Amino acid sequence: MIALTVNGARREVAADPFAPLSDTLREGLGLTGTKEGCNAGDCGACTVLMDGVQVCACLVSTAQAEGAEITTVEAADPLLDRLRAAFLARGAAQCGVCTPGMLMAALDLLRRDAAPDRAAVEDALGGVLCRCTGYLQIIDAVLDAARGTVIAPPADGRVGAAIPRLDGAPKVAGTELYGADDAPADALWLRVVRSPHAHARFTLGDLDAARRRLGLEAILSARDVPGLNGFGIMPNLKDQPVFADGYVRYRGEAVLGLLGDRATLAAVRDADLPVAWEVLPPLHGVDAASMPDAPRLHDHAPGNILVRGHLRTGNAEPAFATSAARAEGTFRTAFVEHAYIELEAGHAIPGADGAMTVFACTQAPVMDREETARVLGVAEDAVRIVPTACGGGFGGKLDVSVQPLLAVAARVAKRPVRMTYTRTESMAASTKRHPAILHARMAADAEGRFTAFMLDGDFNTGAYASWGPTVANRVPVHASGPYRVPNVLNRTRAVYTNDTPAGAFRGFGVPQAAIATEALVDDLAIALGMDRWEIRRRNALGKGDVTPSGQVLHASAGLPECLDALKPEWEALLARVAAHNAAHARHRLGAGIACMWYGCGNTALSNPSTMRISLARDGTLTLFNGAVDIGQGSTTVIGQIAADALGLPLASLRQVLGDTALTPDAGKTSASRQTFVSGRAAAEAAKALRARILALANAGDGATLALDGSLLTVRDAHTRRVIDLAALDADLVAEARYDPPTVPLDADGQGVPYATYGFAAQVALVRVDTALGTVKVEEIAVAQDVGRAVNPLLVAGQIHGGIAQGLGLALMEEFIPGRTESLHDYLIPTAGDMPAIRIHLIEDPEPEGPFGAKGVGEPALVPTAPAILSAIRHATGVRMTEVPVLPHRLFAGLEGGEPPPGPLPSLAVGD
Amino acid sequence: MTGYFRPRSLEEALAIRAETGALPLAGGTDIHPLRTARAAWGEPWTTPVLDLSAVPGLDGIVETAEGWRIGARSSWTDIADARLPPMFEGLQAAAREVGGRQVQNRGTIAGNLVTASPAGDGIPNLLALEAEVELASRDATRRLPVAEFLTGYRATALAPGEIVTALHVPRCDGARGRFEKLGARRYLVISIAMAAAVIATQGDRVSEARIAIGACSPVARRLAALEAALLGLHPSEMPRVPQPSHLAPLAPIDDVRATAGYRMDAALVLLRDLLAGFAA
Repeated sequence: MIALTVNGARREVAADPFAPLSDTLREGLGLTGTKEGCNAGDCGACTVLMDGVQVCACLVSTAQAEGAEITTVEAADPLLDRLRAAFLARGAAQCGVCTPGMLMAALDLLRRDAAPDRAAVEDALGGVLCRCTGYLQIIDAVLDAARGTVIAPPADGRVGAAIPRLDGAPKVAGTELYGADDAPADALWLRVVRSPHAHARFTLGDLDAARRRLGLEAILSARDVPGLNGFGIMPNLKDQPVFADGYVRYRGEAVLGLLGDRATLAAVRDADLPVAWEVLPPLHGVDAASMPDAPRLHDHAPGNILVRGHLRTGNAEPAFATSAARAEGTFRTAFVEHAYIELEAGHAIPGADGAMTVFACTQAPVMDREETARVLGVAEDAVRIVPTACGGGFGGKLDVSVQPLLAVAARVAKRPVRMTYTRTESMAASTKRHPAILHARMAADAEGRFTAFMLDGDFNTGAYASWGPTVANRVPVHASGPYRVPNVLNRTRAVYTNDTPAGAFRGFGVPQAAIATEALVDDLAIALGMDRWEIRRRNALGKGDVTPSGQVLHASAGLPECLDALKPEWEALLARVAAHNAAHARHRLGAGIACMWYGCGNTALSNPSTMRISLARDGTLTLFNGAVDIGQGSTTVIGQIAADALGLPLASLRQVLGDTALTPDAGKTSASRQTFVSGRAAAEAAKALRARILALANAGDGATLALDGSLLTVRDAHTRRVIDLAALDADLVAEARYDPPTVPLDADGQGVPYATYGFAAQVALVRVDTALGTVKVEEIAVAQDVGRAVNPLLVAGQIHGGIAQGLGLALMEEFIPGRTESLHDYLIPTAGDMPAIRIHLIEDPEPEGPFGAKGVGEPALVPTAPAILSAIRHATGVRMTEVPVLPHRLFAGLEGGEPPPGPLPSLAVGD
Repeated sequence: MTGYFRPRSLEEALAIRAETGALPLAGGTDIHPLRTARAAWGEPWTTPVLDLSAVPGLDGIVETAEGWRIGARSSWTDIADARLPPMFEGLQAAAREVGGRQVQNRGTIAGNLVTASPAGDGIPNLLALEAEVELASRDATRRLPVAEFLTGYRATALAPGEIVTALHVPRCDGARGRFEKLGARRYLVISIAMAAAVIATQGDRVSEARIAIGACSPVARRLAALEAALLGLHPSEMPRVPQPSHLAPLAPIDDVRATAGYRMDAALVLLRDLLAGFAA
């Protein structure tokens, strides 16, 4: 037994002395508020105080905690309470999985230094990674707590109110339950053995003998999958096996499942398992997979081409050839890892007659149910998915991960089974942002009006299809940017390789395409001697304009307003850059600009949401909300919409969330669709309930409602009626379904792919050390058309977080299979890497959206990387065509680190 | 379950080390991640572990007749917070740059040395400080200069049965230390390249110069030719001195963080910045 003091109480625990303290706290003492994100000291999620100072609990052997005082997020402490309140008020907890670590790091700081400055806060939080917030709201919260200036939240939660998130309290208390935080005590553990080879055949020996020798309950393989041994996003393309069947197409593919108690599983050497490998030459990258003699990785994909995307309008080639200014370039982007801090985790509980309940972190419970049922070979209604709290997704938890594995294991074991991915497993096995090779051309007339755009884009979709078709289809629609371009020819391919599967990641290929397009826009501005803001403003899509898909934008197209809002920022930045650079040769400033548009919802496909709201006879008002809140805030936003549409206070609304057995299908949390699509469904359901109430009271449209227990008071100008809900025959229930109107795309990509689009522009200020090739992003100003900001606090959080991810995409993030499989080799921005951010919200209401709102999450990311690249070019004259712009890459562009001679090309214009 | 020993005396620790060959662990900031990395691809940890955290006498930073004794278990935070003369400013700067605050609170100077990563942020500073490693075994105690202790990529002269008990830093009158680290983000970053120096002056002239570069060779290297070229100069003249030829001892590699060629160029810039800082 090891004795330690935890949160003031003496505890004794039986634990392996070498076991990380984080594991002992969670599994031994049940204190699951401390999160494990890497078990390597790379993410800081497990930060606790040990004898008063912050440590990563994953780096402390349990034996070392003997006699120590440990403080965790569950502690009762007035200073911690102040931090909790400040975090809630500032929106500093989004998914909440880094929050315990952040709170502990902040507590350590405030105990050492009661009046820290911003730099001290950054230093104190620098060891905790957050993937959602972009850190600024966290840093502000810590400063608020230190100064005693915690903001009081708005009194009511109507649409437009910047209220703290409704699900925030358990996140700051450490009581929120994520995928790894809860499971039946008798659950077996599952560990998946994964291929160390990118391309190989294998044969299995005597698994039963191995099971007995190793003391395992079972060793699962392809033969144990009762239904279809395949899953995948596309309805007709279930190309990824749950367990590989003699052939693996990427490093990290599941081969075997080991079932047993955790210590036994941990002691198994993969090399001792009866797997005989025949390693095959791997196809890494699109070029290798496109060689004429490349082996075909899937029977259905000749040439390894998964899918092609296409859009054509006008006649691009001749328009390009005859234009006054022409630009052309080839751009490359890397695999990007989602790096949600919560690892994939969950548990499954088998029921009678083939029933299965899976608890897991997910962005798409209904799709998980379909996938799991197919793999089990049972009807969909036999499977229930209960989403746990989701510690970040960003697209990476749209595909199933643990769900089919757990379900198969629980079926075989006839017992509950749980599992948690390791960080390396998560990084090696899960989907990534598609690497792209983009060859683009763009032209303008002498006045700077765009005349033509052409893109040939290859996307490395990795070993399995996942969302590859979605990327290949979304990019052609968006690639010419949020501009009027009469002649467009976009061709994309998603290509199978032996790399990690690429899937959905915040923006579905649009961020990659924007890097190419915005660089060409800058090229054209320079060629024509135009200011970079001016050329964008001249071409910006606005109301009444026609997109390259032939869609007329009837409403909510606020890019011109976004650009106008940024004009003073832009001019001020240019002046600062010019003044600074006139006096400094080595550390140069640069200003950059980029725009974006982003269609909300699926591309020209139905993607309905259904919401149900009930006012029970006991006066309980409940929204049955199937939309999964992955940290972005849909529970709060949809709640605000429903309560406001109904006309009752948000405080009286409870929500039943996510569970496929209890909530109607609200689709997946992707494509910036939950506020827009599910929010609209919630508004419609609430309005329908309101209409029933008004009819019961015989009241007019403008009536106000008040709920007191089971008494509902309805007042209008003339009357006041009290409905005793308890006296009604039944609960009042209303349900509504909303499917955004789209028109399928024809062979040339013409139609109405999306009901609405988000628009945004960003300007960036960077400081480049031209001697070292390093870049610090100092400021970003954003103008984003969100239709209507249902909750400006959460909108700001989405924008900050999108910028952080865009900054990572631009400057540091590069997943290389087999080489950057940890969070110390794969870099995401830290608390010290963020720029100051200024936000101008543009609210050009979308008639289809609830209260005029449309999607926010993905648009925030798209313009950041191109704006940073534009700024780097402005600072140095170097037009980077490959991201991430690691120091050595920019240095190579600078040709030895000397400042560029003469006037900078982009300084010569617009200043 | 792996053998895990947590002795309460040095004698006991040395006996365990001699008899079992157990791997010394202090802050755990390298060994726990190594265990995690191995487990990720199905290689369970089997090496017995010798936890030194309860052994008395391994901590503390004290002035001695010859200079300073830094206990092996001194954490980065201990070093950063210690009252030390200006020659330690480089080591103290490194202590504030390693990992994040959590790692600084746990990671130890001896651990950084024994792990012997080419990118260990402490190592170039210890080379520039001409530190010696105090090694204890059941039979004897010996001292080795850090440059001799580090024998290659993640390889040291630590003998079976030995434990690092302290570092000794000799006095160097009139010396200041500085450190420059280059990484691709602000915190929690493994260095692409780094430079450390201890420069002593007499009057207004450089009387001693010790300069080391890290992450540009399997083991961080002193740059003897550059050091010689700095002697007798006014400190303000130093930044102009480093030339590519001075980097001859380095042998950087291409990896996920940077190319070899960039590392050479960056090392030169870091050296010039480092030396410019002495004139400031």
